[in-house]
Amino acid sequence: MVQHDTAPEVAEQLSEFLKRRREQIAHRWADAALFSNVFTVSRDEAVEAGRAVAEALADVARSGRLEDIEAPGFDTVRDQLGRMTSARTQSGYTPTQIAREVAGLRAPVAALLRAEFDDPADERMHACLLELTVLMGTLRLVVLETTINAGEELIARQRQQLLEVATPVIELWEGVVAVPLIGTLDSSRSQVVMESLLEAIVERRARYAILDITGVPTVDSLVAQHLMKTVAAARLMGAECIVSGIRPAIAQTIVHLGIDLGSILTRAGLADALAYALTQQGIAVSARPTAGADSR
Amino acid sequence: MHAPLTPTARLPIGSDADLAWLRQHVRQCAADLGFGLVQQTKLVTAASELARNTLVHGGGGHVEITTPTDGARRGLRLSFVDSGPGIRDVDLALTDGYTTGGGLGMGLSGAKRLVQDFVLDTRPGLGTTVTITEWVSGFPAPRPGAR
Ligand SMILES: Nc1ncnc2c1ncn2[C@@H]1O[C@H](COP(=O)(O)OP(=O)(O)O)[C@@H](O)[C@H]1O
Ligand SMILES: [Mg+2]
Repeated sequence: MVQHDTAPEVAEQLSEFLKRRREQIAHRWADAALFSNVFTVSRDEAVEAGRAVAEALADVARSGRLEDIEAPGFDTVRDQLGRMTSARTQSGYTPTQIAREVAGLRAPVAALLRAEFDDPADERMHACLLELTVLMGTLRLVVLETTINAGEELIARQRQQLLEVATPVIELWEGVVAVPLIGTLDSSRSQVVMESLLEAIVERRARYAILDITGVPTVDSLVAQHLMKTVAAARLMGAECIVSGIRPAIAQTIVHLGIDLGSILTRAGLADALAYALTQQGIAVSARPTAGADSR
Repeated sequence: MHAPLTPTARLPIGSDADLAWLRQHVRQCAADLGFGLVQQTKLVTAASELARNTLVHGGGGHVEITTPTDGARRGLRLSFVDSGPGIRDVDLALTDGYTTGGGLGMGLSGAKRLVQDFVLDTRPGLGTTVTITEWVSGFPAPRPGAR
């Protein structure tokens, strides 16, 4: 970016103008896309928001840091701009479209600024307009920054929700809880699984916990390690863990990998695991058609 | 020589998400080449181990995927490349249970057992490249769309 030197008296004049005409600016902005699309219910709120932004710009101009997105003047409106842009993002607007809406805020202010001068060739006016353009460019960057931050937050939040939705702990029977695991078990996912399972064990006073991995495509040493840790932690909580749903190809792979799951109780399917837990609790389970479940 | 069914690819290894994508990609390539389910699973698991080593021990890198042919044989070759610290004692690193990072220490040795060809090239201070190759077993190799 080309460094641009602002004459202090021009910045001061622009600041004075923004502060003095903030009402008019706010009213014109209330009709601009960015404000009118966010504050759909009350125009007064749009005006109020516009006034706050105009005042913030006046502060930034007075500080002389017209090109600095870190200028303290922006701090007062950063939250507000963040809420506005996240409202725009949620209705499907891209950062580029939002940036264009911010760019649209310049023209009404420029018109008001021009009206301040009698002589259209006044050099002071051109200097002020130039500074206004610089300042609005910086505002656009500030908004873009909040948009991107909001986007990242949104993604992180949705990811968190997905993790929780994807690991529902269900109570199969009194004292028997189960988690059907689906998809990739990376470290953060495994952490969530372990926590929700341990919580469920305490809440439901479960004696048996079933980890069903039918939906887990790959069991490598990290996944195996997570399974072992979860089993050990459940044991400490007084529950016995049963891992079910290890498919034949995965069983062979685990053996070749050299991982010993011998300390873990396993059953072919979820139903076999439940039958085991019930039998252990003295509940008679009639013979099931599924063979292949080893008895221990 | 046949044109490769799946074109050569180079994928980044810089995050957990990259690993997930890589496993998916390798599984697809292996299926396209006609690998059976067990062979696919072994290959994907080996790839997962080596890619995680690239990420965790090598500080990130990339994987190069090619489909070599050897006479009538077709294969899938994966090269995991990083420019991390390298491995000082290769024999020790290939010992079951040896880890410098709180893992199970089964990744490197396990991956070697899971595939047909395993080549480890490492220079302390310069980085590590592990190349594995798996050949389609059975004859003739089933090809999608061909009978
Ligand atoms: N790409 C690599 N760069 C540097 N060191 C590695 C790399 N891959 C493996 N190692 C070393 O070899 C050891 C054994 O690897 P591995 O068997 O996968 O076990 P783990 O990853 O569980 O530690 C690692 O702890 C590490 O010290
Ligand atoms: Mg490893």
